[in-house]
Amino acid sequence: MTGALLLIMMIAPAVAVAGCLLIRTPRVAEGLNLAASIVVFATAIPLTVLSADGPTHYLADYVVVDMTGAWVLLCTAIVYLLASIYSIGYMRLLGEDERLWGFYALFSGFALTILLSSVMNNAGLYWIAIELTTLVSTFLVGFERAAESIEAAWKYIIIISAGISLALLGTVLFYWCGSFVLGPTYDMTWDTLRAAAPKMNQALAALAYFLVLVGYGTKVGLAPMHSWLPDAHSESPAPISAMLSGALLNSAMLGIVRYLTIADAAQNTHLARATLVAFGVFSLVVGALFIVRQSGIKRLMAYSSVEHMGVVALGFGFGGPLGVAGALYHMINHSLNKSLMFFGAGNVMRSYGSKEIRSIRDVWTRFPVQGALWLAGAAAITGAPPFGLFLSELVILRAGLAHGYDWAVYAMAVLLIVIFIGFLNHFRAMYFDADAGARDRSKPISRWCVTPMWLAMAPLLVFGVWWPNGLWDHFMTAARALTGSTP
Amino acid sequence: MLVAHLDPLAASIFSLMAIASLLLAFVMLGSRWLNNYLYAFAAESWVIAALSAAVGLYGHYPELYVIAILTALFRGLLLPYLIWRIIGRLNVAREIHEMLQPSSTLVAGAVCVLFALVVSYHIGQSLGLAGTAAVLALTIMLSMKLIGFLMLSVRHEALSQILGLLVLENGIFLGAQILVPGMPTLIEIVILFDLLVVVACFGVLVRYLITHVGSTSSLDLNKLVG
Repeated sequence: MTGALLLIMMIAPAVAVAGCLLIRTPRVAEGLNLAASIVVFATAIPLTVLSADGPTHYLADYVVVDMTGAWVLLCTAIVYLLASIYSIGYMRLLGEDERLWGFYALFSGFALTILLSSVMNNAGLYWIAIELTTLVSTFLVGFERAAESIEAAWKYIIIISAGISLALLGTVLFYWCGSFVLGPTYDMTWDTLRAAAPKMNQALAALAYFLVLVGYGTKVGLAPMHSWLPDAHSESPAPISAMLSGALLNSAMLGIVRYLTIADAAQNTHLARATLVAFGVFSLVVGALFIVRQSGIKRLMAYSSVEHMGVVALGFGFGGPLGVAGALYHMINHSLNKSLMFFGAGNVMRSYGSKEIRSIRDVWTRFPVQGALWLAGAAAITGAPPFGLFLSELVILRAGLAHGYDWAVYAMAVLLIVIFIGFLNHFRAMYFDADAGARDRSKPISRWCVTPMWLAMAPLLVFGVWWPNGLWDHFMTAARALTGSTP
Repeated sequence: MLVAHLDPLAASIFSLMAIASLLLAFVMLGSRWLNNYLYAFAAESWVIAALSAAVGLYGHYPELYVIAILTALFRGLLLPYLIWRIIGRLNVAREIHEMLQPSSTLVAGAVCVLFALVVSYHIGQSLGLAGTAAVLALTIMLSMKLIGFLMLSVRHEALSQILGLLVLENGIFLGAQILVPGMPTLIEIVILFDLLVVVACFGVLVRYLITHVGSTSSLDLNKLVG
């Protein structure tokens, strides 16, 4: 059952890629991509539920569906679906109809590589899948072909390739670590590494872990390796920004989490977790500083992604059932919420014809309904109740206190408040400051561009006020599978 | 473990080749002409291919011969050819604005090697491998990594950055041949192909840089800040 679902999930975007390449018509490409995303979403939900019965392995152990992986699949599927709906409306505004088939081919290819990376059971293949996500998305980042987009694409591929090569070095060193225990040739699955870890040389395992953490941390956008992130997120078309932020970052975080369990097994627990927590706190600091003084609307959202990846890193770093549950929950909330924010930003950017916060004024009167939705999303992303992120951040804070990271918890609390004020201050200006220009530049926004915002908002609100028992049990099982402990 | 009990001849051949490729990395670091860069890179790839074959011979890993041939073909011929075509498209033959003179870059590179040596010496001691070829391999792996990063940070020309990334990869590949010769062949082959795709992507991006930005120097990529 799981195998069939997984196969359908992978084939759907592959078919869409092939279809877009063969039938080079913009409307067909839109439809194919949307259909693929619906199939992916429809298979992701049962996969997530089925994954609770324990991990299942396929293709001679090269593929695994475990709970954490399936959760990342679900986050990716959600963002892919929302972004596919949104891109139909948004990409028509760009007036690039003749290149649109290429965009959708790359788009489904991008989704496919992210989905693949989440189910790779071999550390080497996982690295390759992550590398592929970079290569495909580079051209999506540079799709608009403006000088800024190409600059962002160039910085993206150079910084990520350099970072990810550190991860490759770490992977090779982990293989070397394992070869002292398992002999010169073995399959480097996560389970074998974890099983061999207690007998690994501690110093070498620590070095390998640091390299992997910095390498995949670059991809996750943890500060200070985040420098590509604001450029790529702000210059790519809005649906791609949502995919980068809501789907790609999670899939790289998955790698860090898997190596973290290996570092735990190699008795490097304290060092490994403290480093991840330090990166998390520093990401929050950088996020807070740049959010307060930000002038570009999409860069504001990008720095908010740095911040939220820091929060997720803190959740996994604190560890324990609470930390893991909070981090997983935060992942999905962030995926939903950041998609909503990028969609709103894309709409506003298109209708005002500017990326600058200071030229976006009077949103409230021009877009009463959509504006209200976006404002609610802004309140949600800063962690205000009654939305999902408030709950997940609270759980992560509790996890930190439970595991003796008091300093990180206090820092996180203060920085979240700073971000709350800074972020909403920009929204205050955009909504309530008088428009100095007062020209009517706003263009109508198509329904394709507003519907996904509603679709993202609804679960965010529901999960904020009602945390179903089944979901909690699911997180606890996932946490147990990751930490090997009982709650 | 292969490196722990090698016969002296094999150990010296491995060491010689590893040192030769480190030396070629320094040649790249000290030159400012893009063509020289490329030749040094190609030579380095050939040395690594020879090393693969040598490890295959002395360590009895016949599959490494395949890797050696593929390395020579891909890294030694195809990649340099692709990059040579990119150079043909550019109208720059050398680095124009250096942040550091080649001579000072060489000194910085030497410091990197020292640092790598200290780290690998400690790791080697804790593994009980002090004085074997493993420590040398680890040193060269780490120092080529650092040198690659040095090249990325002090050079601005798009092509120098691509070559810097390739040096990073070469270092890993070289170290992996000596330290983990038993690494599954599938992974190594996929990584080789992956590298080819990376360079192809860079080629396309360089073309975009020329048409849409009008420059291939990262000094001119300064629109996005804050």
